[in-house]
Amino acid sequence: MNKCVSAAEAVSAIESGMTIGIGGWGPRRKPMGLVRELLRSDVKDLTVVAYGGADVGLLCAAGKVKKVIFAFVSLDFMPLEPAFRKARESGAIEVREIDEGMMLLGLRAAAWGSPFIPTRIGLGTDVVTRNPDLALVDSPYDEKEWVAMPALNLDVALIHATRADERGVCEIASPDHYMDDWFARASKTTIVSADEIVASKHFNDPGVARRVYWERNCTTKVVHMPGGAHPSSSDPLYGYDVKHYKEYGALIAEGGFDAWSSAFLGSSEADYQAAVGGPDAIHSLPLPVY
Amino acid sequence: MTFTLAELMVCAASRSFDNDGEVLATGIGLLPRLAASLAMRTTNPDMMMTDSQSYMLSSPNPVSGMTSHEGQANENWMGFARIFDNVWSGARHALVGPSQVDRFGQTNIAALGGSYEAPKVQLLGVRGFPGNSISHANSFFVPKHSTRVFVEGECDVVCSIGYNPDRLPRGYSFADIDIRRVITDLCVMDFNGPNKQMRVISLHPGVPLSEVHENTGFELAVADSVDETPTPTEEQLAIIAELDPLNFRAKQLKDNPPGVRNA
Repeated sequence: MNKCVSAAEAVSAIESGMTIGIGGWGPRRKPMGLVRELLRSDVKDLTVVAYGGADVGLLCAAGKVKKVIFAFVSLDFMPLEPAFRKARESGAIEVREIDEGMMLLGLRAAAWGSPFIPTRIGLGTDVVTRNPDLALVDSPYDEKEWVAMPALNLDVALIHATRADERGVCEIASPDHYMDDWFARASKTTIVSADEIVASKHFNDPGVARRVYWERNCTTKVVHMPGGAHPSSSDPLYGYDVKHYKEYGALIAEGGFDAWSSAFLGSSEADYQAAVGGPDAIHSLPLPVY
Repeated sequence: MTFTLAELMVCAASRSFDNDGEVLATGIGLLPRLAASLAMRTTNPDMMMTDSQSYMLSSPNPVSGMTSHEGQANENWMGFARIFDNVWSGARHALVGPSQVDRFGQTNIAALGGSYEAPKVQLLGVRGFPGNSISHANSFFVPKHSTRVFVEGECDVVCSIGYNPDRLPRGYSFADIDIRRVITDLCVMDFNGPNKQMRVISLHPGVPLSEVHENTGFELAVADSVDETPTPTEEQLAIIAELDPLNFRAKQLKDNPPGVRNA
């Protein structure tokens, strides 16, 4: 079975009004090349579920988002993602703001076919009072009330992996896979971009096999996209691009999405990568130290 | 011996972890992380700490001067999903820096002003505050004690549960919530006043109690004997210098004031 397709072909699975989950964390291992392909499409009214960074910011700035389900949207070294901040402060998007861990529970509920997972997280806070769609439930086993974190059923998940084979076996070689496995499991369709495509025998090494966090039947499409996480990191291959994020922030502040897209987006990933200095520049970005 | 206010606050904050034993301590921000690291190096060697990325460490990393993770004292892998397993078990103490704290010990890091649908200022989002606050011990680090932080009414967005009887979930009591200490640039406080009221327990050298009251938007309890916040020892200062060789701590408080007023 060969699941390798072009970015455009993969992203054509996404339709207006869908709920999409995006893997990675803030400025780390985000499937930005796939997000850029989405920015080039005419899809809109998306509900986005993510541990957000510029993926969420750009989609909001481009007017493609109806609702964001989030706990934060941050670039870490820049605590506030500039485009998301603009969208939020202008009231342009609906939100369901939840705790970081609640998002994990929602993805797990979806993956496990459960309508919700009970948790105490959110009790006593505005996560509950500001979200009319988060219900409180009784437990049959105690006298306490519980938050019923609903399943976050995704139509499509976008994930960036270090390596994949053509059958969709994915290796994440960076120190953490974040919640990417749960995004893959919670979704009907999972599109993975990978820095490298490898032969299946690559996974025969037990050390490599331990870095495979979901089964290949959770991967629908694979897109070969070296440098495809840029400007986020794909540790150990490259770090995140502080300089580009700063330029992005400045362009968003001055001229919004149009200013950034006319400077960088281009009509293909090759155009984009050329605009940010080329593949070699991406691959020489230093790894962050915390 | 001279020391800065930042160093005094780090030492005061580190004492929050003294009796924690084997819990995961997380200091969010440079000074809180220094405080947790100092506690691990001095009063609580059993403490657990991560590298803020994906490994548990047997000894804290410095907060400045590191150019690589090579050679750090890894103990176990500790990816973000696994952090939640620890958080929800309760064996954690987080030292965090909220933008607002109200009289109930509820905090805000999400947004300020305007409406919830279109806030005047979008901040970080609720992040992990809801889960942290109902699962384990939390302390607060406030670099600038003012009525903008310690607000008169409730926080604009309540991100963490506090001792607010009106928001207490059914089946819960104040005993289920554990807010330990508040360390500011003026004083140290806890929540052991009457009915879990916020209470001044020590004042930093040269700070009058009146200044704390004036800069707090609500009524504070005051401990029977308010001590002066203990000043850093030579050993503590040496360890702080070792943990922060590039002196990033000097840039954390405006103008890097001295630890003793008019000193």
